[in-house]
Amino acid sequence: MSHFLDRLSFFSRQQEEFADGHGIVTTESRAWEDGYRKRWQHDKIARSTHGVNCTGSCSWKVYVKGGIVTWETQQTDYPRTRPDLPNHEPRGCARGASYSWYLYSGNRVKYPLVRSRLLKLWREARQSLPPVAAWKSIVEDPQKRASYVTKRGQGGFVRGTWDEVNELVAAANAYTAKTWGPDRIFGFSPIPAMSMVSYAAGSRYLSLMGGVCMSFYDWYCDLPPASPMTWGEQTDVPESADWYNSGFLILWGSNVPQTRTPDAHFYTEVRYKGAKSVVICPDYSEASKFADMWISVKQGTDAALAMAMGHVILKEFYVDRQVPYFVDYARRYTDMPMLVRLAKQDGRYVPERLLRASDFDTKLGEANNPDWKTVAYDDASGSLVAPNGSVGFRWGEQGKWNLEERAAGGETKLRLSLAEHHDGMAEVAFPYFGNREHDHFKGTDHPDVLLRNVPVKTLALADGETKVATVYDLFLANYGVDRGFGGGNVAKDYAENVPYTPGWCERISGVPRAQVETVAREFARNAEKTNGRSMIIVGAAMNHWFHMDMNYRGVINMLVMCGCIGQSGGGWSHYVGQEKLRPQSGWLPLAFGLDWGRPPRQQNSTSCWYAHTDQWRYETLDVKEILSPTAPAGPWDGALIDYNVRAERMGWLPSAPQLKQNPLTIAQKAAAADMEPKDYVAQALKSGELQMSCEDPDAPENWPRNLFVWRSNLLGSSGKGHEYFLKHLLGTQNGVLGKDLGHIGGQKPQDVAWREEAPEGKLDLLVTLDFRMSTTCVYSDVVLPTATWYEKNDLNTSDMHPFIHPLSAAVDPAWEARSDWEIYKGLARAFSTVAPEVLGVEKDVVLTPILHDTPAEIAQALDVKDWKRGECEPVPGRTMPSVTVVERDYPNLYKRFTSLGPLMDKIGNGGKGMAWNTQHEVEVLKGLNGVVGEPGPTEGLARIESDIDACEVILSLAPETNGEVAVKAWESLGKATGRDHTHLAIPKEDEKIRYRDVVAQPRKIISSPIWSGLESEKVCYNAGYTNVHELIPWRTLTGRQQLYQDHLWMRAFGEGFCVYRPPIDTRAVKPVIDSKPNGEKQIVLNFITPHQKWGIHSTYTDNLLMLTLSRGGPIVWISEVDARRAGIADNDWIEAYNVNGALVARAVVSQRVKEGMCMMYHAQEKIVNVPGSQMTGKRGGIHNSVTRAVLKPTHMIGGYAQQSYGFNYYGTVGSNRDEFVVIRRLSEVDWLDRPATDQPSELNSAPRMEAAE
Amino acid sequence: MQTLNSILFGWYPYLCLTVFLLGSLLRYEREQYTWRSGSSQLLRRRQLVLGSNLFHIGILTIFAGHFVGLLTPIQVFDALGISHGFKQGMAIVIGGLAGLVCLVGITLLTHRRLYDPRIRATSSFADTAILLMLFAQLVLGLLTIFVSLGHLDGHEMTKFMSWAQGILVLQPGAADFVADVNPLFKLHLLLGMTIFLVFPFTRLVHVWSAPVWYLGRKGYQVVRTTRTLPQSGTRPVQPAE
Repeated sequence: MSHFLDRLSFFSRQQEEFADGHGIVTTESRAWEDGYRKRWQHDKIARSTHGVNCTGSCSWKVYVKGGIVTWETQQTDYPRTRPDLPNHEPRGCARGASYSWYLYSGNRVKYPLVRSRLLKLWREARQSLPPVAAWKSIVEDPQKRASYVTKRGQGGFVRGTWDEVNELVAAANAYTAKTWGPDRIFGFSPIPAMSMVSYAAGSRYLSLMGGVCMSFYDWYCDLPPASPMTWGEQTDVPESADWYNSGFLILWGSNVPQTRTPDAHFYTEVRYKGAKSVVICPDYSEASKFADMWISVKQGTDAALAMAMGHVILKEFYVDRQVPYFVDYARRYTDMPMLVRLAKQDGRYVPERLLRASDFDTKLGEANNPDWKTVAYDDASGSLVAPNGSVGFRWGEQGKWNLEERAAGGETKLRLSLAEHHDGMAEVAFPYFGNREHDHFKGTDHPDVLLRNVPVKTLALADGETKVATVYDLFLANYGVDRGFGGGNVAKDYAENVPYTPGWCERISGVPRAQVETVAREFARNAEKTNGRSMIIVGAAMNHWFHMDMNYRGVINMLVMCGCIGQSGGGWSHYVGQEKLRPQSGWLPLAFGLDWGRPPRQQNSTSCWYAHTDQWRYETLDVKEILSPTAPAGPWDGALIDYNVRAERMGWLPSAPQLKQNPLTIAQKAAAADMEPKDYVAQALKSGELQMSCEDPDAPENWPRNLFVWRSNLLGSSGKGHEYFLKHLLGTQNGVLGKDLGHIGGQKPQDVAWREEAPEGKLDLLVTLDFRMSTTCVYSDVVLPTATWYEKNDLNTSDMHPFIHPLSAAVDPAWEARSDWEIYKGLARAFSTVAPEVLGVEKDVVLTPILHDTPAEIAQALDVKDWKRGECEPVPGRTMPSVTVVERDYPNLYKRFTSLGPLMDKIGNGGKGMAWNTQHEVEVLKGLNGVVGEPGPTEGLARIESDIDACEVILSLAPETNGEVAVKAWESLGKATGRDHTHLAIPKEDEKIRYRDVVAQPRKIISSPIWSGLESEKVCYNAGYTNVHELIPWRTLTGRQQLYQDHLWMRAFGEGFCVYRPPIDTRAVKPVIDSKPNGEKQIVLNFITPHQKWGIHSTYTDNLLMLTLSRGGPIVWISEVDARRAGIADNDWIEAYNVNGALVARAVVSQRVKEGMCMMYHAQEKIVNVPGSQMTGKRGGIHNSVTRAVLKPTHMIGGYAQQSYGFNYYGTVGSNRDEFVVIRRLSEVDWLDRPATDQPSELNSAPRMEAAE
Repeated sequence: MQTLNSILFGWYPYLCLTVFLLGSLLRYEREQYTWRSGSSQLLRRRQLVLGSNLFHIGILTIFAGHFVGLLTPIQVFDALGISHGFKQGMAIVIGGLAGLVCLVGITLLTHRRLYDPRIRATSSFADTAILLMLFAQLVLGLLTIFVSLGHLDGHEMTKFMSWAQGILVLQPGAADFVADVNPLFKLHLLLGMTIFLVFPFTRLVHVWSAPVWYLGRKGYQVVRTTRTLPQSGTRPVQPAE
């Protein structure tokens, strides 16, 4: 009753003693506890998570008090794991714990915002014109258009109303679709797995319209092309709990405690079980301290290290003695037994393509797809067979597409090597790239071509006598292992300077050869003893290099040699972004409108941005520099973008925009010519009546016009070549320091039209949805306030664990924010109202590339023919893109958006080559979500009104969350393989996970054939598991793990086998290094962009809590040695620049950084504490201001089994770590606290640089 | 003058004492969350350690001296054979020394409070005001030493003792005792009483909660229970509403 009276009771308090007077029990007042009770009291706890692409996918408790989100703590109620395995919880990190700060922070976007100049123009126009005409009057008037375009990034946002803004955006979309085509409307949003419905909202809107959904996995350079090459799979990796089953872990370019924070405990725990760990990282990272051995490799030379380790493993475990487990694994699960043709070239033999059944007159008895069936020797009989499992068995027949040791109906045991059964030795030529000269990377002086002896057989084939060798023999020869065959370029001793011994490796990578030998030996020995429980965890540090394929294949080779793939506790653990959308096949129809029309338009972003931001005009890498010395006859002419154009027209890569002509006009033209649209398109392309947009990206007809960005910070985070984006795509102030090829007299492309002056400001409209005012928002025309992750309902899954769990709304979106689902639904409604002004029901002609996991993927078997060069006829879906007509009911776009379309009933669903019907699921959804009552085109269809409705669609249609569908899916796969797999799903047939189930608790997904791992009581999710244990082939040409890549372009660019290739020279420093001295010393360092501790990508870098723990703004880490050379002290302001642009940050000087490289943690934006750059005269840029995209031709291959296009599956990637920058102290710090001028910066108007020498 | 003297030294002390006691009580009952020392150590440790310790050692000594010196009945000193002069001498020496220590400390603290940007930005009006008041009071007190040096017989001190004790036992006319003392003393008295007056509205409430019980604590682990303990029949204290 009274605090004071409570205190007075002091003298009457009883006390009791215990523990010899060390403790007392008292009856004093406990009123003070109420303080803590009140502090922690809350009205409600909601379960949610953070959709931030960290792979953590952690379930959090979000506390609400008085209608305000007050704080969050980690959930600890995950389903329990097995008795011998630690539990998953608690999951969460410091970054997630700070998220609640955002909801009510000063940086929260609260209202729809429009750049005032644009809004003024709009309101003016709307006074006299209807919406589409109003938009037209603005964008077709160059002055009006320029008035807001050139102001992007310079402030001036004003509030608009939702109705007004929706109308504006819808009008822009309708105008664009009518005038140029719907494929000029782009949408960029990454990583659906982190918030599936939020992603799907935008992609559904775009797909129903015919707009373009842009890829992200490849653009982020997280896609390791080596994975599709080797396994025909985008990426499939073990869950983190499986680390606990490993005996030997190598962390190779992956900073686990920092980037897999909630999972790291499995790694630290397994060491107590006796697991040994090696960390390979140039700097002493957070992970390094956990290692038994830390290998400080020279950055960018990891492939050399991997090759050297492979050399040791092959020598000691395959040559000196044969480990039965390894040999058996190689025989059954790799392409090593397959035969390779050797071609005579310049007097020596060069590995050509894999031998096929069609090479024989008899076709080895294979009538179906003999072109696509690889050949090997049966060891017992010595006869040639076409074993089960190759891609030729996947399509056109059933029952033989499996990894049973069978061929032509009988048993077989394939022969790995011709060492005991040859006709003689042949000198085979292997390309060597380690002698390339580079200012910053050491090479050796070996010749371009290394000749090694390989045992061969001579065969009488349909086209003449040809020598053949097994992949195995070539593979070992490539590694330089001496097998006693004589000849040069092989080593008996590891110290010899012969590629790829440990002694050779030491010269390239700086790693002492003893370390290489120890690690390789112990890695393999552990795998031998445990049947494959050796694991390699890799990440962006390995993947963000131009030649990442070599890094990756080097590592994959090691794993495959030691039989680690598909074994629990072993394998390839590539962790980057949150890629694994577990209920993927249930989500695809929702996200891409597949219930209403197929196919959707999907584009590979790297090539797209390369073209549309005009980075191709500044390319410095000559194709000849990366061509192999053993390349087959060419011509290998042209620039990198020419290869992309060729790939697009041959149907390998997608296009956006697709044709110069509006796709809504094509069907009429075809009808007028009395032809089928696809025939008309083929003919018109050949005659030139139709042109592909990629041939002239700078023509206004071929510009992207509208861009939606949501759940993303394209301009503040992932946009490589940031300054080029600003200059050419956005048309605003920028910091590009270099000049394009025209101005410096460089070699221009052949297949792409060159315009003297590059266009600036291609986009008519940039719309961004975000909850915080990110860099992308700052540069947008329209910013829409979206709900935070505590204010909406959605689903989230991850690669790291097998659970599916929700985002759920703890409170309503604050201010005028709306969830992504509601925003796009609102746009759909506005569009349906506005579009009839110019659009009705239209026929849209859609071009798609040849797609992986479809029968079309076996398109071009033996060679590459380009119809444009007259080498063949253009045949849609075979030698050029497929052509499909899709009906667009524009006035009813909203109705389609909000209902599940009829194609689910008619065509069904599927994924990765499997198909099953969905009629029952559609019926169930009608019951769960209700049906559309309104008369009209969608009457009677299942509704998709709310975000929860959308969640139920995903959950009901996916095998991972609907046991019944899982059984159907496994049945479908079983038809192709001829084996029964349903035993994996039957126990869970009745299980149906619904939205409210996961709100109650995260649920484990059901094992599904979409993925190669299983989730069960006995085994953790491990990739490749069902391939190895259920004998399901990998979806490659050989059906097996493919270590030899025989496509023409792979061979031309020297990557048939894995070899060491040093980083490329981007020539970004020399043209600008002394152009604008500021009196400070300068150093040149390799610009490395690892992932940071106090943020996730760019999110949290504007969060005060995280900024307080970090340095309060952008930072670049440099070594003490380099700092001393440049006179830089810790915390000094510095700038980093090269031809691409400049950035400003504070220096962090640390002994843990390796000399010769600097680390700017990705991604720190430019909105907090960024002064001006002395080089550009503008505000300092982001980390991507000093990078740009560079394409690699081998990533453009298509129509070739596993090397065929798939959205985010294959394609060009955005590598950036080959870049170097000049770093120097700022001599003066200018905060630019004055209005930006109207005048373009003097830096960009006058020619600055002399042409590079 | 007589009236003014009665008001200032007869009535005003009661106002100050009442506000002091009631104010503290009300604040303790109703504003528990404000009842803390408000330490700024987390913001700037350096100057604080020296300044705060010197200040507190000094002022605690002064407090003890004032308390014993003013409120102990004169008969006790007589009984102990301590002459007035000796008492005054002790007050001057010990009080002077403690006062100097306190002065060094409070100077450091004041400098910190006014010139350190972090401290200045986070200081309330009361924080700064009470510090300056204490500073002024200390200076006044030290200055009175010079006055006292002029008459070392200790007689003036007895006036203050009579006044203080008279106020506390509600003796009418207690104000008369100090009617003719040196103005410096009068200022010191007035400011001192004012400090009592404003005490409940400042950070000084932390004085009430000096953890003296800690010195005699028994157990290292304290278990607070709501059950009745066997020793006596008294029920445990229920938490206040």
